[in-house]
Amino acid sequence: MNLELLGITVLWTFLYGYLIVSSIDFGAGFFAFYARWKKKDHIMNDLISRYLSPVWEVTNVFFVFFFVGIVGFFPATAYYFGTALLIPASVAIILLAIRGSFYAFNNYGSRESMLYLFLYGATGLLIPASLSTVLTISEGGFLAVSTDDKVTFLAKELFTSPFSWSVVLLSIVSVLYISATFLTYYADRANDRQARRTIRQFALFWSMPTIVASLLVFISLQMHNPEHYNKAVTEYWWMFGLSLLCFGIASWFIYTGKRYGTAFIMVMMQFFFAFFGYGASHLPYILYPYITVHESVTNETMALALVIAFILGLLLLIPSLILLMRLFLFDADYVKGKKK
Amino acid sequence: MELDSVMLSRMLTTMTLMFHIIFAMIGVGVPVMIAIAEFIGIRKNDPHYLLLARRWARGFTITVAVGVVTGTAIGLQLSLLWPSFMEVAGQIIALPLFMETFAFFFEAIFLGIYLYTWDRFKGKWTHWLLTIPIMIGSSASALFITTVNAFMNTPQGFDLKEGQAINIDPIAAMLNPATPSKVFHVVSTSYMTSAALLAAIVAFAILKGKRGQYEQKALRLTVTCALVFSVLTAIAGDVSAKFLAEVQPEKLAAAEWHFETEEGADIIFFGTLNEDGEIENEIRVPKLLSFLAGNSFDTEVIGLNETPEDERPPLWIHYMFDIMVSIGMFVMAITALFVIMSKVKKWNELNKPLLWAIVASGPLSLIAYEAGWILAEVGRQPWILRGYMKVAEAATRSDDVGITFIMFALLYLVLGVMTVIVLIKMFKNSPAEAELEKRFPDGGGSA
Repeated sequence: MNLELLGITVLWTFLYGYLIVSSIDFGAGFFAFYARWKKKDHIMNDLISRYLSPVWEVTNVFFVFFFVGIVGFFPATAYYFGTALLIPASVAIILLAIRGSFYAFNNYGSRESMLYLFLYGATGLLIPASLSTVLTISEGGFLAVSTDDKVTFLAKELFTSPFSWSVVLLSIVSVLYISATFLTYYADRANDRQARRTIRQFALFWSMPTIVASLLVFISLQMHNPEHYNKAVTEYWWMFGLSLLCFGIASWFIYTGKRYGTAFIMVMMQFFFAFFGYGASHLPYILYPYITVHESVTNETMALALVIAFILGLLLLIPSLILLMRLFLFDADYVKGKKK
Repeated sequence: MELDSVMLSRMLTTMTLMFHIIFAMIGVGVPVMIAIAEFIGIRKNDPHYLLLARRWARGFTITVAVGVVTGTAIGLQLSLLWPSFMEVAGQIIALPLFMETFAFFFEAIFLGIYLYTWDRFKGKWTHWLLTIPIMIGSSASALFITTVNAFMNTPQGFDLKEGQAINIDPIAAMLNPATPSKVFHVVSTSYMTSAALLAAIVAFAILKGKRGQYEQKALRLTVTCALVFSVLTAIAGDVSAKFLAEVQPEKLAAAEWHFETEEGADIIFFGTLNEDGEIENEIRVPKLLSFLAGNSFDTEVIGLNETPEDERPPLWIHYMFDIMVSIGMFVMAITALFVIMSKVKKWNELNKPLLWAIVASGPLSLIAYEAGWILAEVGRQPWILRGYMKVAEAATRSDDVGITFIMFALLYLVLGVMTVIVLIKMFKNSPAEAELEKRFPDGGGSA
């Protein structure tokens, strides 16, 4: 495997990691707010904060990792995306900033506040929507590049494109779906039946919209970028097939109410196949049609240094992450709230 | 001054960084203080110090949160506001940026564990051991990100050919000449400022009438640490000045209003420039600049006139130098005075003027920290990549920087105000004595 393919695979894996961990976090924020609003917070908000408190910072690092890495591996992305995305990316940063800090204000601060919780919940849905616009833009058609290389973002095109809205829709519903399936599992481990019952209903409720939104994305992609669509359905159809299969298995387990752990792994696999199938069929383009992985990759020395740093970093991170998970995710007493 | 996208990009970057470094500095310094307090607490089996560590750690989570989100902002703004710079430099400095994230990741994991396992392990030392990866992570991320800034001051490890970087050596770029002095100075001042801020909080509490053992121990610990770190800072400042004299003479010359190259150069404290560019009202110490630059009163110091006019930094950075140095001296003197007075039984180190001076050293250190960074950054104007790329060539060509500036200004205003409110409430609602009683029912007051 050559360095640029290795690079983009590493970055894509991190983005996938962010997709899963941030979805749990974003969705949980929304559910926490919803539960408070419906005055059911005593049922599940303890559970949510027991999971989130030790891990929310780690979630954020996945994201930082991705954007630092992509500029490192593919510096041209800094120029195109950087110039074009000033406003949308700034909005996303501001939402992330509000969310992160208000989470801390609410959870570690003096008292819980409905306003904080609202901001936390609302931004949890707006952030995936704003971040997903980057993926939309990478499909091409939303940037104008003039002869002197000045890049302009065509906001109007983006706001009126059915494709962009279907991506936004998919990002929001899948956040809620992923989060609900994880929390069902977590509630089950905590032996918290009431919470499990509530969250399981969310999981079942959001499963159908997720599939419908995925189909919408496919249909609108066919109109927007036929080249990408064709590659997806001809070369990588089996990945999307596997994704659907995993969805079926996950839904079955959740519906029958057993093996929630396996169900969540199936949901992870469902998104893994869909996300990598989407990514693979998008190659060689990073930003259609301006940036490809081959032309824009950084020089070989740096790419190699990054890969080495990456491997060494993982040797440090994986044991630490396992420790974190053993302490807060797989420690039954902690999950049940008996340990602090 | 024209508000074009270059100027606006500079303003937005300045604002973000000035806001972020407050929290970044706390992020580097406070874990060290927490580790020291918990260490003493376990060692002496003294609940006061353990409580101190706990309370600091709790406040720390709030500042970490703000530090994380503003750090994310500056990380993205680099590409958003300086796309041309990142396209070129991204190839050369991607490694330290990447490693900085790793260090931060490492810190984030262990901080999460530390905060939620206070009573979880049987051996007390196990929990304390968690502070080590936190300190390593936070200081390492300071180290890596500072190498990036050092690289912008003294770029090396590549050749530039038609706007493309070639022959790249990532390690040489990281270990550039400015790296050692910068890292030393950044880390020592972060420790010092954090200690001074914590000392200021305690001193204020004592002035407000809380004179328990808890407060007295906290004050002695924080002030002693602040003294040690301020001595380190002074040494680091000296190392930095010698480095500048040798490698980046135009920065030192502008900071010192040193125009003609000469041996036995005078140092200038304070003063103003009149309309003809002559120095007035200054305090002049003969030959001290030469000594600062090269450990001998006869060292030749290169003057600003050697630098082409369009490559000179603005002369107002001299004031930043004055602020930074005089505050540094003040804090060192005050903390030394306190430590000496507390050693002599007859003297009362808890007298009002001294306590007020300690209260002042906290915010003053923060001002010095900001002034130092302004000096370092404006001192390399007009370059973004000294000798290679000017700031004006690197900025975005987007027309939307103005509105973005306003959005972020509002964000930082809200975050700043909220942080202060939340922190004050957090500690007001749970006074130390009450918490001590609750957490350590036997021996709390007497130990």
